[in-house]
Amino acid sequence: MTSSASPALRRARRTALLQWIAVHALGIAAALFFVLPFVFVVLTSLMSDQQALTRDLTPNTWHFENYLKVFHTDGFLLWWRNSLLYAGLGTVLVVVSSIPVAYALAKFRFRGRHLSLLLVISMMMLPPQVVIIPMYLFWAKQMDLSGTLWPLIIPMAFGDAFAIFLLRQFLLTIPNEYVEAARIDGCGELRTLVRIVLPMAKPGIAAVALFQFFYCWNDYFGPQIYASENSTAWTLSYGLESFKSAHQTDWNLTMAATVMVMAPVILVFFFAQKAFVEGVTLTGVKG
Amino acid sequence: MSTDTLTTKAAAAPAAAPPRGRNTLRARRRRDALRTLAFMSPWLIGFGVFFVYPLVSTVYFSFMRYDGLNPPTWRGTENWVYVFTDFPQLWPALTNTLWLCLVMVGCRVVFGLGIGLLITKIKTGTGVFRTLFYLPYLAPPVAATLAFVFLLNPGTGPVNSLLESVGVPGPAWFTDPAWSKPALTVLAVWGVGDLMVIFMAALLDVPKEQYEAAELDGASAWQRFRYVTLPNISPIVLFAVVTGIIGAMQYYTQPIVASKVASGVMGGSGVTFVPGYPEDSTLTLPQLIYSLGFSQFNYGAACVVALVLLALSMAFTALLMRRRGGLIGSGD
Repeated sequence: MTSSASPALRRARRTALLQWIAVHALGIAAALFFVLPFVFVVLTSLMSDQQALTRDLTPNTWHFENYLKVFHTDGFLLWWRNSLLYAGLGTVLVVVSSIPVAYALAKFRFRGRHLSLLLVISMMMLPPQVVIIPMYLFWAKQMDLSGTLWPLIIPMAFGDAFAIFLLRQFLLTIPNEYVEAARIDGCGELRTLVRIVLPMAKPGIAAVALFQFFYCWNDYFGPQIYASENSTAWTLSYGLESFKSAHQTDWNLTMAATVMVMAPVILVFFFAQKAFVEGVTLTGVKG
Repeated sequence: MSTDTLTTKAAAAPAAAPPRGRNTLRARRRRDALRTLAFMSPWLIGFGVFFVYPLVSTVYFSFMRYDGLNPPTWRGTENWVYVFTDFPQLWPALTNTLWLCLVMVGCRVVFGLGIGLLITKIKTGTGVFRTLFYLPYLAPPVAATLAFVFLLNPGTGPVNSLLESVGVPGPAWFTDPAWSKPALTVLAVWGVGDLMVIFMAALLDVPKEQYEAAELDGASAWQRFRYVTLPNISPIVLFAVVTGIIGAMQYYTQPIVASKVASGVMGGSGVTFVPGYPEDSTLTLPQLIYSLGFSQFNYGAACVVALVLLALSMAFTALLMRRRGGLIGSGD
């Protein structure tokens, strides 16, 4: 077969092969850049205390007990619980409170709909630090809730601009005919939303829930402002940094703690990858 | 139920009763308005309590002297004059932000586009490559920053060990004012997965026929990129640049954690920490709000900086909304 191929065809094939090799070599180089930091972090987390202070890249002896040590550090379990509480409760509240708003913005016609949407987008773009002084004074002086995570959790019961915007974009992709058919059949607005629209919006809701969970889990600024004075209210993201300060020279333990903060997020991503990607692509369809 | 009572009441109204049809229409309008109000209510409350009130309050406090203990007193433009003329950290924070907008955002966009192009060309194991490229974006910022302070630590960090093994003396990264922002840039480029995904989607949307036509005309690979790819994806490039700039102005967690950890200052409670280590080189506006408000208890000046940050982000948000009318969509 090769002998019957014309020189031009053979040349084309050779260029294609060379291109394949070049592209995949580049791909492997890029993959190393993205993956090696994780590898070094994990390797260091398994070193002995002395070796972690040297230039060695791989452990001489493997110290899996470092992870147990971190786990038994004062506060670590508590921070873990606080992170789960903040992220779990925050996600549920944001989803439940944002869905009706997004539905109204996507499917109802009313005066001020366009303005409301513009205001939602403005809220989305507002840096959280801009309003932090009055917000802090409100929660600390008037509500007496500083030293807890409640100033971060309670506002999530009143919708989140980003979640509303994303869900609204998603609900636009559901044909109005479904909603109208339900209305004609005498289905109330709330029942239409719960029975007809929500089952179709599952991928969008899953994406919003994931984004919100990651946001809360990763949040550093919020816990720093409201919870810094009370170490029993710290989250993992906030406690991690003080862990480093308390173990100034123990890079192995610090890296083990780092792995333990990264791992849940990455695990959640692997389990929910399909919902995540599906949600993002579908949301982008009519973006 | 409430609708029925409304309509019957209207129908039973004596004397100048208008035609029944209009009444039911009005009742329906009213019912629709109530329904809309009910559905919108979580956000309406949130909008008032967590947006309008604190914004107005921030403007108010910017004209007051307030330390959280003594009652606020009216000081006119004193805080504004202080922040713009006497406060030594405003200028470093602004120049750092400009640096971040130019270099960090630039690197992220170029690198993100490059990785996006690469992933569309990879034919074997695409899924694996895509996941590996995306993973760092998911790493929690505090954890990722700690990891990079370790990787880039000048004494025993793996990066400098590797650099020195090939004969290049490694810089001091997070502890050198000239290298702290480049170190943060490396960290930001590592987490470029978000941009990769949007560039990848945009690149796959470029019509194939245009590439075929260009190829027939004998266009080189660079010419195809320059005259076919770029014009097609330019709205996405603009989107990435503007959202990058908005992100750079709000840049907070990575620089403050990096400077705390690299300077060896104890984190946590009861310790005053002046951000910006080394030598104000990692200061950004949100960190000024934090240090003015929460370690110097000068709430008035903190609110002035907050309003500067607001004005800057609003300007770029307006740019984004004007150029991307499609962001909102018609809803019909």
